Amino acid sequence: MAQTSTASRDSIAVPEKMPATLTVNGVERKLKLAPWTTLLDALRDHLDLTGTKKGCDHGQCGACTVLLNGRRINSCLTLAVMHDGAKVTTIEGLATDDTLHALQQAFIDHDAFQCGYCTPGQICSAAGLIAEGKAKTADEVRELMSGNICRCGAYPNIVAAIQQAMGRS
Amino acid sequence: MINFAYARATDIADAVRRIAADPKAKFIAGGTNLVDLMKEEVERPTRLIDITRLPLKAVEETRDGGLRIGALVPNSDLAYHLLVAQRYPLLASAILAGASQQLRNMASTGGNLLQRTRCYYFYDITTPCNKRQPGSGCSAVNGLNRMHAILGTSEACIATHPSDMCVALAALEAKVHVAGPSGERAIAFADFHRLPGDTPERDSNLAHDEIVTAVELPPRGFAANYTYLKLRDRLSYAFALVSIAAALELEGGRIKEARLALGGVAHKPWRDKAAEAALRGEAANRATFTRAADVLLREARGYAHNSFKIELARRGIVRALTQAAQGTPQSQSDKKIR
Repeated sequence: MAQTSTASRDSIAVPEKMPATLTVNGVERKLKLAPWTTLLDALRDHLDLTGTKKGCDHGQCGACTVLLNGRRINSCLTLAVMHDGAKVTTIEGLATDDTLHALQQAFIDHDAFQCGYCTPGQICSAAGLIAEGKAKTADEVRELMSGNICRCGAYPNIVAAIQQAMGRS
Repeated sequence: MINFAYARATDIADAVRRIAADPKAKFIAGGTNLVDLMKEEVERPTRLIDITRLPLKAVEETRDGGLRIGALVPNSDLAYHLLVAQRYPLLASAILAGASQQLRNMASTGGNLLQRTRCYYFYDITTPCNKRQPGSGCSAVNGLNRMHAILGTSEACIATHPSDMCVALAALEAKVHVAGPSGERAIAFADFHRLPGDTPERDSNLAHDEIVTAVELPPRGFAANYTYLKLRDRLSYAFALVSIAAALELEGGRIKEARLALGGVAHKPWRDKAAEAALRGEAANRATFTRAADVLLREARGYAHNSFKIELARRGIVRALTQAAQGTPQSQSDKKIR
C-alpha cells in the first residue's frame, strides 16, 4: 500500500534510539529502542518473548494483549518508549515455576482453543478481566472479552474456562 | 510504521510550547487511534510529544455540583468511576458500549474526542479522500457508504464521528477545557466538533497549538431516566450504525426536560435542539417520541448503501426514548433490546 502512495514523504533525520527500562515478568530489562517500536515488537523482537502474538497489528484482534502495570492493553497500539519504568506481564510470566496459572489450567480443562494463536492474548485478557472484577455473569464475561477474537470459534469453551478460573480466584 | 522523533512534555506549558513550535508535531496519549493511523500512514507526524505524564488524570467535583474530568483519565476508569456511575450513568453506559476493555484501558478522555473517522477510504491511502488529502475528492459519496452519514453531510465528505462517549457528552452539555499559547478557554461541546462543509480535514475547532486539559460536566446528570442504545452489525466491539443517547426529566408523565443526541449519523455527535423542543412539555408517550424522531430526521439524506439508517434511526429514537421514560436503560452486556 505504501508504495502506491502519491503523498510526498518528509525526510527527517533518523532519531537516536532511546533508552527504556521495562520490568517484564518480574525481570528488569534495559532496552534501546527506536521511538516507533511498539511494545509488542519490543517484547517479540528485542526480548525474544514470542508468546505474545501479532495478529492484526491494529488493535482489532486482541492476540497481542498483555498486562501493563496490571491492566490489559493491546501491546500493538502503544510505543514501548512511552512506558519507561512500567511493569509488563506476558503469557510467559503467568505460571509459577512448574504450576500453571489457574487460567492456563482452565483453558486446558475446557479445551478452550483449537489452533492456539489467540490463546496467549485470551488468557492475558482474562487475567485482566478477573483483576478488574466487573464481570460476574456469562454475558458480562462475553462482553468484556469481546476485544479478543478467536477465529476457530472456541468462544463457549473460553467463557467456561474463564468462569472456572473466576470461581477459584 | 512511519519514523518520527519523540519527546516527553514536562508540564502543560511545555506541551503547548512544543506543539506550537512544530506544525508537524502531534500529541500522543493513549495512542490507540494515532498509532494505528501512523501504521497506515494516514497520520504522518514528524514528531510525537508524549503527554501521558502530565497531571491531567483527576476526576474532581466542581463547585457547582458538576464534574471535571482530566483529559488523561482512561475511558475505562471514567466509565467505572463511582461519581460517573451514580450521577452520569448515561456517560458510563456510552463509554462501555464502545471499543474493547483493552482499548478503553489505554484510550484517554481527550483522545476519545479527537479520534478520527473510520471511513474505509480515509484509512486507504491509495484512494481519494478530502479529509486525508484536501481537494482529492470523496470516494465514499459514490462508493461503499453503508457506515456513512445521513445528516449534515457535504459534497466533500460523508464521514461519521466514531465516538460513543462523545454522544453522551453532547447530550449532557459538557464543556471542553483547552489550553494554548494565549491561555485557556472552554468550548461548549456542541461547538467542539465540526460539520464537514468544504473543510472536512478539520474534525474539531481545537487549534493545532492547543491541548485538551479537561472535560467538564454540568450538575444535571439525568440519572433516573436515560439510555444509550447502540445499534450495530455485531453485538459488541463494532462501531455504531446508529446510536442514541436519550435523557429525560419527567414530571407527572410529562417531559420537563429532554436531551437527544445521535452517533453514527453525522460528522459530529448529532444533537438537535428542535427535536428536544418537540419533547419538552409533552406527554411521555410513543406519539410524542415519533414526532421528535421526525423532527430530528427532517433533513436526513441517504446514499446508495446507508438509506436504511434513516428508518433505523427513527425506530431507535422511539425505542431509546421509551427506555429512558420507563427508567429501563439498555444494558451493555445483556444485548436484548427491550
